[in-house]
Amino acid sequence: MAEKIKNSRVFLNPFSKDNPVIVQVLGICSVLAVTAKLAPAMVMGISVIAVLAFSNVIISLLRNTIPTNIRIIVQLVVVAGLVVMVSQLLAAYAYEVSVQLSVFIGLIITNCILMGRLEAFALGNKPWPSFLDGVGNGIGYAVILVIVAFFRELLGSGTLLGYQVVPDSFYELGYVNNGLMILPPMALIVVACIIWVHRSINKDLQEQ
Amino acid sequence: MKINKQSNVYTIIYIVVLVVVVGCALAVTSMSLRDRQQANIKADTMGQILKSVHITPEADVAAQFGKLIVGQPLVSASGEIVSPDGASDVNVAMQIKKPADERQLPVYVCQLPDGSKKYILPCYGSGLWGPIWGYVAFDADGETIYGAYFNHKGETPGLGAEIEKPAFSSQFDGKTVFPEGRFLPVDVMKSGQKPLDERQYVDAVSGGTITSKGVASMLDNCLSPYAAFLDNLRNTSK
Repeated sequence: MAEKIKNSRVFLNPFSKDNPVIVQVLGICSVLAVTAKLAPAMVMGISVIAVLAFSNVIISLLRNTIPTNIRIIVQLVVVAGLVVMVSQLLAAYAYEVSVQLSVFIGLIITNCILMGRLEAFALGNKPWPSFLDGVGNGIGYAVILVIVAFFRELLGSGTLLGYQVVPDSFYELGYVNNGLMILPPMALIVVACIIWVHRSINKDLQEQ
Repeated sequence: MKINKQSNVYTIIYIVVLVVVVGCALAVTSMSLRDRQQANIKADTMGQILKSVHITPEADVAAQFGKLIVGQPLVSASGEIVSPDGASDVNVAMQIKKPADERQLPVYVCQLPDGSKKYILPCYGSGLWGPIWGYVAFDADGETIYGAYFNHKGETPGLGAEIEKPAFSSQFDGKTVFPEGRFLPVDVMKSGQKPLDERQYVDAVSGGTITSKGVASMLDNCLSPYAAFLDNLRNTSK
């Protein structure tokens, strides 16, 4: 029974109190890069969930055999192998998506969340909790990505998923898309706004 | 017997085994998916060529391509047809590294459902992060651009990547590359600026300066060798 409560914590904590992006501030680099549009942000989120879950499971299965002094190298090999496989599979079965994501799939290798979770969790836990931890953190990351991309695409391009949502009559009245929103700095500012809202709700996260 | 997991021998054997296993897994994945990926790339290229003449690729793009593209000749920089087919076997990325007069220049001749002939010329260049390429379709008069299509490997979404949108490429429709009777490729300029000579120009993508400049130099580099070929077309159609 105790095990079960622990597993649900492992899975749910990354959504809010232990969110990789807005609390641990990991993986910020890709938040800047892929959030100008909603669609790539969503596919990126799904890819990170998949890679994070499987690499967590693999590292967790290997955890008792890995020599300590080369553990980072082992983690990198596993993650890189998985990422290359994902990009090969996408190129064969979902060519459109793979074209859309191009470089970002490769950049999953350098996502700090992956190494962080492998080091902090998978190396010391059994495969099933590691899997949940991977999926949970992946979702925690994807949610922030989607929120940031939602605001950046809506305000920057007036579209969502490529469909125009700001009616033409607004433009006729003099409304203009905010070009600043599609530039990388605004991703940081949007993330900062999310952190602000999040911390005012969760007072225990506020530093003194 | 207990194995010492911190010993050098164990570490070396461990990493060798791991790398071999991962390497084999990747090799198998790559080999088994190669054919599918190649087919996807080929179909995608055909679709891109069709997009330059404002045709939406259908599910069976190969059949559609075979029906519309009636000729794939190779021409030389002096405008002569070197070979009646083989355009799709030419790697444009390799050709642009050669001097203009040594290049093999592929042309896709397209016969639209309304009977009009278009000449599609491939382009290849570099943007900010990687390669960019495109297809420019000319009317049978050899000077008016009928349509254009651009794509890229990894330009920034929302910025340089906007070159693949019709909002950018449709600006080329109706532009001529023989203003004042002289061959001058279309330029890409920041809004409010004008080229120094008579050449026609389109608006660049805001926030995508390097990519836009890449498009301009790609058009200059890749269309100029076709000047004689287009001029021949122009003279015969008059």
